[in-house]
Amino acid sequence: MSNATSSGTLTGSHYLDGDHACSEGAIAAGCRFAAGYPITPSTEVVERLSQRFPLVGGRFLQFEDELAASIALLGGAWGGAKACTVTSGPGFSLMMEHLGLAAITETPCVFFDVQRAGPSTGLPTQPAQGDMMQARFGSHGDYRIIALCPNSPQECFDLTIEAFNMAEEYRVPVLVMLDEVVGHMTEKVVIPDQKDIKVTERRWTKKPPGEFKLFAPAEGSLVPEMVKPGDGYRIHVTGLTHDERGYPKMTVPEHEKMQMRLWNKIVLNSDKIVKYEAKDLDDAEVVVVSYGITSRIAERAIQQARAQGAKVGSFRLITAWPFPEKEILQLSKKVKAFVVPELNLGQMVLEVQRIVEGRCKTIPVPHVGGTVHDPQVITNAILGAVR
Amino acid sequence: MSAPVKENPVNKYLRMERMPSIWCPGCGIGTTVNCFARALDESKIPLDNLAVVSGIGCTGRVAGYLNVDSFHTTHGRAIPFATGLQLARPDLKVVVYSGDGDLSAIGGNHFIHAARRNADLLVVMVNNFTYGMTGGQVTPTTFRPAIASTTPYGAFEQTFNMPMLADSCGAVYVARWTAYHVKQLAKSMAEAINKRGFRFIEIAAPCPTLYLRRNKLGEGLDEMKFYKEKSVIRHGVDTREVALDYRKEITVGKFVDRERPTLEDAMDQRYKEALGKKYVPYVSPGAAKSQA
Amino acid sequence: MTTASPAPKKDKKFQGIVVVNRENCKGCGFCVEFCPLHCLELEKGYNAKGYHPPVLAKPELCNGCDMCGLMCPDFSIYGYREKLEQAA
Repeated sequence: MSNATSSGTLTGSHYLDGDHACSEGAIAAGCRFAAGYPITPSTEVVERLSQRFPLVGGRFLQFEDELAASIALLGGAWGGAKACTVTSGPGFSLMMEHLGLAAITETPCVFFDVQRAGPSTGLPTQPAQGDMMQARFGSHGDYRIIALCPNSPQECFDLTIEAFNMAEEYRVPVLVMLDEVVGHMTEKVVIPDQKDIKVTERRWTKKPPGEFKLFAPAEGSLVPEMVKPGDGYRIHVTGLTHDERGYPKMTVPEHEKMQMRLWNKIVLNSDKIVKYEAKDLDDAEVVVVSYGITSRIAERAIQQARAQGAKVGSFRLITAWPFPEKEILQLSKKVKAFVVPELNLGQMVLEVQRIVEGRCKTIPVPHVGGTVHDPQVITNAILGAVR
Repeated sequence: MSAPVKENPVNKYLRMERMPSIWCPGCGIGTTVNCFARALDESKIPLDNLAVVSGIGCTGRVAGYLNVDSFHTTHGRAIPFATGLQLARPDLKVVVYSGDGDLSAIGGNHFIHAARRNADLLVVMVNNFTYGMTGGQVTPTTFRPAIASTTPYGAFEQTFNMPMLADSCGAVYVARWTAYHVKQLAKSMAEAINKRGFRFIEIAAPCPTLYLRRNKLGEGLDEMKFYKEKSVIRHGVDTREVALDYRKEITVGKFVDRERPTLEDAMDQRYKEALGKKYVPYVSPGAAKSQA
Repeated sequence: MTTASPAPKKDKKFQGIVVVNRENCKGCGFCVEFCPLHCLELEKGYNAKGYHPPVLAKPELCNGCDMCGLMCPDFSIYGYREKLEQAA
């Protein structure tokens, strides 16, 4: 820790596990406020934040439960700090109400979910990818968020910075959906100089009080700018349906107006938000769609399948939400099948099926979680699809 | 007689464009807000430096009516939001303004932890002995055997003695008043707002539409007269003795006023002791103004 | 709609003034009950919502203490006092 730069960023080459890399990513992104609660297998993220923050000018507090942590995070964010919280499945369930509050109030913030096998207490120390639909639909009502899926400790670092940047860019809560294996695997993580790290600052408005409206989109954008308390704007932030000033306005037309802007803010910016990694798609007859740790297993499976002559490509989701609809739609017009391995009984595969609309086959390769797939199982599915 | 009519001095603390409020005729919440406005006047804190956080319920609507940076959060969670806000912005004065159901039931856990930690918050709890907004259900402060919509045969649980709860968890300022005691309440609020640490003021107030009507206790005015008649001021009394009961004497006054390090002080102190020169204290983003 | 009800008396040094926002008033009666000098009464007339707002029935007694203002849950009444200009 002693070679940390004065900005806090731990520039250099390190061996870190995914959890620790997330903490360093947060610090490098400028996060200086975190609210947490311990839960396996995410605890290391907050442990490291609690250790590092006092050395870099950050403030971390462990709260009494995830309900408190998930809203204290919003308090910190509204105060003007870049803020995050960290959890796993059971805590993620508790945080759902405040994810919705963050969405409707357009609070820039980051939630980490280091997924483990559920439901309920499940297998606390063992991996799964069972919260993917919950990431999208876990809170009540219609809303949109962004969810990123790192598949290595390096990506944990990189995508954490991306998460904080997107949160500021779109004034939206961003989820970083790891799994227990990515969280606990130790690999090389290269952390650049602070000056080489692209960090998006909060979009503070230049408009004066009286003119500025906290929930009115900025010119040429669907996203409002931000202010903070203490600067004379006398803002009001509520979870009720509100007008552009932020005052409760509970009529159907106002609700529709608000809802559609929040929706479109993400949907119409999908092109800029969606991230994926595509390999060998040109001649692919079968495409493996995967994310997180499963994508590492899938790499092996794809190698094995190619060695047996299968023309198989890979499409790795980096943003699980918004889902890369356009890309999957295009692919569905030319491939024979999608093979979708997941550490769950079928979640992101539902999205693939929805987009594909039967144009080609969609073959789920589910797994209850607890361990990762045996690559052979995925290889078999690929080979079965090619025939 | 030709002098221009002076404007109501509380108007500047309120979002007048949103009046009249949604509160019922005879509801005591507005009176407490009136006192709060007077307290702000008296304490002379710059309004820009004040943030008010409320939960859900009739009292939760206070945040929307005050002309300050205000946050109407989720049910029971005003306190942790405020704690996060205060920790991120030690330059602000943060006040939590919420109701009995919001703070003592769903928010109970957060209440005791904030008091324990001595989070630097003033918590104003308007206690109308019911969940008003949702139609008058029982709360942890509804007395036996009062009727509520979810205790149609009368409440049967012991209630919280909220001042004692706050005191036992370590609150540094604990007071109770009623909506009748406007002058004392305003003074108490002014005193509390300038103090540091977890400060708690309970205010008994009428809910004419639900609690009073269901229990045939008259209108808001009748309840105010009841407060006037049945209240006894006992400053400094042991909080174990201030429990309320149905239609019995109401002990009001300032019960606790002490000092101890706040959450922030304690955090700071520990880091200084453990880390010495390596400690990099947190810098509030409040120093830099929003406008670039 | 506000109505100022000044208290004109030749030998008084101050006049209590009560201003009522008739339309925002909800007729709760706190001000009438708790005015220390019992100067207020609820009007026989009513506002658009059907409530009876208060009126300064005994302006000669009002000393502008603003107890009415402090009590009001709807910020619809307040009192103050003005120094009377001494007649030349």
